[in-house]
Amino acid sequence: MSFTLPQLPYAYDALEPHFDAMTMEIHHTKHHAAYVNNVNNAIAGTPADALSVEEICKNIKDYPVAVRNNGGGHYNHSLFWSILSPNGGGKPSGKLASEIEATFGSFEQFQEKFNAAAATRFGSGWAWLCVNGGKLEVCSTPNQDNPLMPDTGCGGTPILGLDVWEHAYYLKFQNRRPDYIATFWNIVNWAEVERRYAELV
Amino acid sequence: MSIKSLFIAVLAISFVQCKSVAQTTAVVETPAKESIHKFAPLPYSYDALEPYIDKMTMEIHYSRHHQAYYNNFMAAIKGTDLESTPMIDIFAQMSTHSVAIKNNGGGYWNHEFFWNVMIPGGASEPTGKLADAIKESFGSFEEFKKQFADAGAKRFGSGWAWLSVAQDGKLFISSTANQDNPLMNTETLRGTPVLAIDVWEHAYYLKYQNKRADYLAAFWNVVNWDVVNQNFEQAVR
Repeated sequence: MSFTLPQLPYAYDALEPHFDAMTMEIHHTKHHAAYVNNVNNAIAGTPADALSVEEICKNIKDYPVAVRNNGGGHYNHSLFWSILSPNGGGKPSGKLASEIEATFGSFEQFQEKFNAAAATRFGSGWAWLCVNGGKLEVCSTPNQDNPLMPDTGCGGTPILGLDVWEHAYYLKFQNRRPDYIATFWNIVNWAEVERRYAELV
Repeated sequence: MSIKSLFIAVLAISFVQCKSVAQTTAVVETPAKESIHKFAPLPYSYDALEPYIDKMTMEIHYSRHHQAYYNNFMAAIKGTDLESTPMIDIFAQMSTHSVAIKNNGGGYWNHEFFWNVMIPGGASEPTGKLADAIKESFGSFEEFKKQFADAGAKRFGSGWAWLSVAQDGKLFISSTANQDNPLMNTETLRGTPVLAIDVWEHAYYLKYQNKRADYLAAFWNVVNWDVVNQNFEQAVR
């Protein structure tokens, strides 16, 4: 059973002026689409063909690097589109909000940690907020790895992620990754992040 | 704290320390020895590689990315003997150095090397001993170009593709992650680079977006084979 490119829940220009329309279109139709095609080719006719992308990631050591890179890319981008929204921004509420406060001291302190993880990931990769053993953690992974994969230095299940590959921000921000990270907070879909959190605790 | 403000803070702290020593001991200080590591000017104007590599990319690539690697590298080695250690020796001992020195020292050296293999003018094909070596190692110049472009295309994430001379004098193609290079003792495939291409997305995204293959193909239009030949002759000496 092959994976399909999920439709975005909003138009390519819906996240303007924060994320530009051209980047959203290329990111979705070229980068993410390529990961989907490549992972399908890599797993065709193999036992991985019957698994969800989450199951593949959790057992990534069983699969060749093409599955890691492209399966990871498919999982990561699918999560990413879902946690962005033109109506996003602001702060989380409910259990997630209190847990962020309890873990990091405040929402602002959580943002600082997340910003640092995103800014200091050298080369390509992702920054994550995860639930690991019931606890919230911030970390980053290289390339298209994610916390579901063992031995990445990140554990648990991500509920929020930020793509820091240059393709995610270069057309609008060029080298100014910190500006891209700052603007991200304007479009975080906290309702979706809270929904993912509720599923795990 | 931004890297720039950290660098300025490091400088400021050094200045304060020097000042307080002078006040307590009334010793005339000799100025600190300048580092051997300089940030070289780009050898040509930003638009010199048009239409293959666009002016805006060259400007941002040199004045922001490369400049930042230099600044961060200098901050990382400040006050250490690495200020007067040649890069090749730093790379030979890379396993003993910090991640900051690896990432930024690599970035500093790699980009200067890259600008030089693209100096406009020069031969558009390899000649002499280099041409023979390429034929011997790869079968033909066309096959070499295919394999080199392939190495660049297959490097997942950020990194570089290289043509290098190994210890035994033979040419080989490899790719490295991030700002690593074949001179570093942390690499499995070690050698002296003679040709390189940056495949970090910042090297091509403004003009080519996801089409890295088009950028790899265009690169052959800007390679200065006289420089590559010089690199080769120095490497096999």
